[in-house]
Amino acid sequence: MLIFNFSKNQMMNTLHKKYGRVNFLRMVSLACLAITVLGACKKLDLVPTNDLTADKVYANPAGYKQALAKVYGAFALTGNATTGQQDIPVEIIKDEGNSDFLRLYWNLQELTTDEAAWSWQSDAGIQGLHELSWSSINSIINGLYYRSFFQITLCNDFIRQSSDDNIAKRGISGTDADDIRKYRAESRFLRAYQYWVLMDIYGNPPMVTEAIEVGGKDFPKQIQRKDLFTYIESELKAIENDLAAPKTNEYGRADRAAAWALLSRMYLNAEVYTGSPKYTEAIAYCNKITQAGYTLHNNYRELTIADNNLNTDEFILTINYDGTSTQNYGGTTYLMHGPAHVPAEVSGSNGDWGGLRFTENFVNLFADKTGNTDSRAQFYRTSQNLEMTELYVSTDGYSSTKFRNKTRSGGPAPHQDAAKDFSDIDFPLFRLGETYLIYAEAVLRGGSGGSLSTALDYINKLRTRAYNGSTTGNISSTALTTDFILDERGRELYYEAFRRTDLIRYNKFTTNAYLWAWKGGVRAGTSVAAKFNLFPLPPTDLSANPNLTQNTGY
Amino acid sequence: MHNSTFYLKGSWLLLLLFISSINLYAQQTVTVTGTVRSAADGLGLPGVSVRLKGTAKATVTGPEGKFSISVPSRQGVLEFTSIGFLKQEVIASSSILNVTLQEDNASLSEVVVVGYGTTRKQDLTGSVAVVSSKDFQKGNITTPEQMLAGKVAGVSITSNSGQPGSGSTIRIRGGSSLNASNDPLIVIDGVPLENGGVSGASNPLSFINPNDIESFTVLKDASASAIYGARAANGVIIITTKKGLGGELKLGFNSVNSLSKIIKKVDVLSADQIRSIVNANGTQKQKDMLGAFNTNWQDLIYQDGLATDNNLNISGGIKNLPYRLSVGYQNQRGILRTDELQKTSLAFVLNPTFFDNHLKVDLNLKGSTLKTRFANTAAIGGAVSFDPTQAVYTNRTDYNGYWEWLDPSTPSGLVNLVGRNPVGLLEQRQDRSNPYRSIGNLQLDYKFHFLPDLHANLNAGYDVATGKGTVFVDQNAAETINRAGINTQYKQTRMNTVLDFYLNYVKEFKSIKSRVDATAGYSYNDYLTKVYNFADFDANGNKIANSDPTFPFNKPQNRLISYFGRLNYNYDERYLLTATLRRDGSSRFAPKYKYALFPSIALAWTLKNEDFLKNSKDLSALKLRASYGITGQQDGIDNYGYLSTYNLSTPNASYQFGNAFYQMYRPSAYISNIKWEQTATTNIGVDAGFLDNRITGSLDWYYKKTSDLLNRVPQPAGTNFSATAVVNVGNMNNKGLELTLGFVPVRTTDLNWDFSFNATYNKNTITNLTVVPNDPNYKGFPAGSIAGGVSGQYALINAVGGSKNTFYLFEQAYDQSGKPIEGLYIDQNGDGQVNENDFHKGKPADPKVFLGFSNNMSYKQWSLSFTLRANLGNYVYNNIRSQTGNLAQITGSAILANASPNYLVTNFKTQQVLSDYYIENASFLKMDNINLGYRFGKIFQSKASLQLSATVQNVFTITKYSGLDPEVPFGVDNNLYPRPRVMSLGVNVNF
Repeated sequence: MLIFNFSKNQMMNTLHKKYGRVNFLRMVSLACLAITVLGACKKLDLVPTNDLTADKVYANPAGYKQALAKVYGAFALTGNATTGQQDIPVEIIKDEGNSDFLRLYWNLQELTTDEAAWSWQSDAGIQGLHELSWSSINSIINGLYYRSFFQITLCNDFIRQSSDDNIAKRGISGTDADDIRKYRAESRFLRAYQYWVLMDIYGNPPMVTEAIEVGGKDFPKQIQRKDLFTYIESELKAIENDLAAPKTNEYGRADRAAAWALLSRMYLNAEVYTGSPKYTEAIAYCNKITQAGYTLHNNYRELTIADNNLNTDEFILTINYDGTSTQNYGGTTYLMHGPAHVPAEVSGSNGDWGGLRFTENFVNLFADKTGNTDSRAQFYRTSQNLEMTELYVSTDGYSSTKFRNKTRSGGPAPHQDAAKDFSDIDFPLFRLGETYLIYAEAVLRGGSGGSLSTALDYINKLRTRAYNGSTTGNISSTALTTDFILDERGRELYYEAFRRTDLIRYNKFTTNAYLWAWKGGVRAGTSVAAKFNLFPLPPTDLSANPNLTQNTGY
Repeated sequence: MHNSTFYLKGSWLLLLLFISSINLYAQQTVTVTGTVRSAADGLGLPGVSVRLKGTAKATVTGPEGKFSISVPSRQGVLEFTSIGFLKQEVIASSSILNVTLQEDNASLSEVVVVGYGTTRKQDLTGSVAVVSSKDFQKGNITTPEQMLAGKVAGVSITSNSGQPGSGSTIRIRGGSSLNASNDPLIVIDGVPLENGGVSGASNPLSFINPNDIESFTVLKDASASAIYGARAANGVIIITTKKGLGGELKLGFNSVNSLSKIIKKVDVLSADQIRSIVNANGTQKQKDMLGAFNTNWQDLIYQDGLATDNNLNISGGIKNLPYRLSVGYQNQRGILRTDELQKTSLAFVLNPTFFDNHLKVDLNLKGSTLKTRFANTAAIGGAVSFDPTQAVYTNRTDYNGYWEWLDPSTPSGLVNLVGRNPVGLLEQRQDRSNPYRSIGNLQLDYKFHFLPDLHANLNAGYDVATGKGTVFVDQNAAETINRAGINTQYKQTRMNTVLDFYLNYVKEFKSIKSRVDATAGYSYNDYLTKVYNFADFDANGNKIANSDPTFPFNKPQNRLISYFGRLNYNYDERYLLTATLRRDGSSRFAPKYKYALFPSIALAWTLKNEDFLKNSKDLSALKLRASYGITGQQDGIDNYGYLSTYNLSTPNASYQFGNAFYQMYRPSAYISNIKWEQTATTNIGVDAGFLDNRITGSLDWYYKKTSDLLNRVPQPAGTNFSATAVVNVGNMNNKGLELTLGFVPVRTTDLNWDFSFNATYNKNTITNLTVVPNDPNYKGFPAGSIAGGVSGQYALINAVGGSKNTFYLFEQAYDQSGKPIEGLYIDQNGDGQVNENDFHKGKPADPKVFLGFSNNMSYKQWSLSFTLRANLGNYVYNNIRSQTGNLAQITGSAILANASPNYLVTNFKTQQVLSDYYIENASFLKMDNINLGYRFGKIFQSKASLQLSATVQNVFTITKYSGLDPEVPFGVDNNLYPRPRVMSLGVNVNF
């Protein structure tokens, strides 16, 4: 401001005296030039403040582990924060709480069956699922597809970044490098798992590996279901020895047994995927698991509670949740809050979301619905009608108390958040109970390498546990049929996201071989078109990728 | 600028100014009187400035053109100036002087502010509109762009809501982008503003005091705007603020006090209607839930708004240092209870010249601070649907005594996931902010001594802001009771800088009848924001576990470096050429794609100056214009979208391995070859004037074609880290016609009347949206999300072959009496089932035609003006009806709720939100304001002049639309903050 105190003459005189008239002009020109150059020197290459480039993230082993945390975390969470930084964009799924892997996968596996209906008709993607009348535009169906591919894309990136070349280039060696090679094998396992999900749900998805260029010009090619089966099988076998030996890895990370568990599950369903059965192979991989030292946990009701991370006797791989550190509105938080009218005190939450109920057809798998004889019958019946007279009325149908945010002693979850919004319950993705059931079914379906007596023993082990150590629920070999196995799987594995796959394997999903309340959109249930055994590919991907062909009938 | 300046009390300033103005009065004088008349009609001219040359002594002619001025003993020269007339100088040789002024037909000296400099009005070749203060919308204006509404053809300004200080959606010629920004570039005194807002302020422009604005220049076509290259695709609005005039100290004070009243509330059922519906249709449990009260929740959340807006400005010159200082204080109470806005603003201008006018200096400093309390707008929707049979308060102390829906099985005792007491929502949340902003620049314009035709212009500017605020919700408030309330804060600071340098050469070559005006320059713009992150606290100050931010702050930044040139060539005042070229570099793109060239060319032919028209009496102006140019767009996209980066998760989104939790590194989606969106604009226009420009008009036709749209589209699954990303895909065009007409039917001493009319027709067509052009699989992408019970559904689609924002819903089937049949829709493809393949493309939401009409009349001291505005062919989806006009709304959930009376018409049992039944014609005619003024003329012994005015804003709306207000920014009407009717009284005193 000082400059304005000069009169113009004073200023001119001063300037003229000092530099002369021409020099003054030259000075102005120089100043202009200097400003121009100065400005141009400020570059256009700006970098973000907090986000890092790959070279910084992967500069050290700790960075690799935090990147691996995302590869796994894509299973558990909706994004990079409790809310607000979602992985799946709002154009695909508007409600972030519905965009995590588990809730999406669970909804497609359970809401479409006798095990579950959701009361809120107007929630995106709900209408049509239980009625088995969905269309290709459905945010849950489309959402799971993009969620699976999101995890696959993360796996691909991690596999690229952890190539031997890249580890060496970043100067990491010794045990650090060995650890990272294990992470890489686990990423391949998780990718194989997601391809298994895509194969089971959508049949013929596009196929991408770490060879694809991110954001490049190439369109992924579509792979047929049986070719995808072969790919997943070969991947799981290829990494078998790179994964940690069973029960030697950190809690929450995949080991060799996880790969075996996925293989056995896949072989059990091989006929659905490829047309050729592989029950013998299923038995072989069940045997590897049972020989690795897993045992049934002694209390069924402790399988799905807040401190179920202690159940390392039975659990092979879990998706981990924590009330303060791993928060989202999907996952087991959904399974804790979702069941209709379960009192907050029972579920260990701040109240129910009035949503999930069973059809009476499922509940009737239990002769005694109180849970006093078979402890797996964990129903909330007060205020609930057994009959699902109306599909979208929250009091029609019993609800579930299977997922409780409580400890074994009945206390509150150890990491409960103050608002009691979030769950501490880990979700068992693979556990020995399933292995026993796969073994028994594969034997009954004619697979070799196992025995009926072992099969019966496995089933009765499950039933003894269910009957709180009593053998009164045990069955005889004559009762051991494949139909019994389907019912037993219902009783043992309900709400663990198996039901749709099981019903398809038994050809009961779309046919009139088994009808349940509101199947096909009618009260008594009706059969639907066979096309509903597969979900449609999202129309958004059909238009983004000209290599894709929609599944038949959509 | 130091913050403390904002707190200077107005009264202190007033006192100070009075003292300093007293000593300017004492000299030996003679009085000269006379009348100034117009040469055209011989009538007296009011408002002509009469100044003793070389001094600050001046006066203004009265109503009949009479003046009286004291001069030192009949010496000196009197200057007579008035806008629209040629300046005249007369020697003050006698005590009675009668002067006639010639009209300045061509307004040869009139200049228009354009990008990087000014241009003579007659040299304009592009489509440029200027609106100056006398044409602004009047009344209680809190945000500057509202003064432009309805005033310019091709410019639509829709206020986003009735909330105090809320922003507007500004569209020039329909907007050229889909997912990138459609907002025009706004430049204030040479400082281009950043698109985004300041946190804690609802509108970035609300920081500017409308009283400080001298004029708006709107650059519409590419010839005019291409000098701003990369940011000009959606047009440019240049705001010029008032400057110091020099000379005698002038002091002005104006005060506007206003009362806002809600015009209309959303139609809902009465408590008695709800009781009878529930008793007829509900379960016993629901009947038992009914209350005995008659509560009109909307009455309880709204109030009369009061506002006061006071401005004081002084201008004058200290020796040769002209200055202007203005202080404004505005205090507004919104019509939604607990909505408050206080704004204090300060503007300071110095515009001296040095070295015998060779160096012109322009210093502009503007600062303002807002103190806002944002009402909880969730109460608006809440009041529409909350059960009217319930009481507002209970005599319990739980939930601070507000009545709420109870469920004893939850820890809070409240039913989960249902609406809370709307009055409680308002009263228990305190959302306060206190942002500051200052915008300023120093411009030096140096006319070279050795070559006066050459100017060097240096402009350095800044835009700094601090946005900060707190949100507090009581621990017992039902809204957030599970987490014991909220006590959080937010803060961000901004430091944007601009540096422009250009050389301008203007030379007339009389011998070849040519005039050249050439400009070349450099521009540097840096946009830096610092966003602070805070932990989350409950109302008692307990930190929510694991809510500590991963990073203390983030600093998003982007930068533009540009070179530009412009050549104006005028041959014989008949043929004009303008060519511009700009090279822009943006930090938002990869090195290979950073730079782009934006050229434009325009030709104009001033037919009026041809021999065959030169002497036409009737035709006073005629010019043909044609232009073509390319402008760009890069706003509204990520700063680092081309770069592969990893983002670290927050601590509460960690993943557990073993017994440890790891924060996760997530790769972000990136498109390495992302580049500029480009819009090519062709414009053909004609300007004409008749009968001494008593009738003027302009007609423009334009065609804007946008290619390489920055478009958020699905990525082939598995190819990127997000399912969608912004890529350059797609084309779109806008075609339109703009007509502006001005009339001056009466211009006499006592009675003056002028009015103007503008009309815009715009048609938008999307021509491609996919990587594989016109892929039939791709139906388009949705827009206009439907609010309420159904999540994830949209009312609009952007699809190839149609306009953006076209309705895309089921076609409703009706019975013989014309009543919609619930759930029955037309099977468009005849495949026997109604599904998503049967959505039907309907009307576009955006208006086809915009009309504006402004009228000014004055008779002696009285003046009357009003503005009318109409949108034709716009449609609105009535989301309030579709969401609440059904039985399930009342009895379909765990609680009872109120519904739209439309339920009684349709008898719908459940929501039918995808029915086109809810699309309504929302064409409207609005009277934006009407203003009556009275000039008292001189008071206080001729030392001051006084004017009073009365204004009504939002006077009436004529429409068929059944909802609150047909003017909905994005086609879906859901719980708009109602725009009130505002009645204001204003007083204006000038010393």
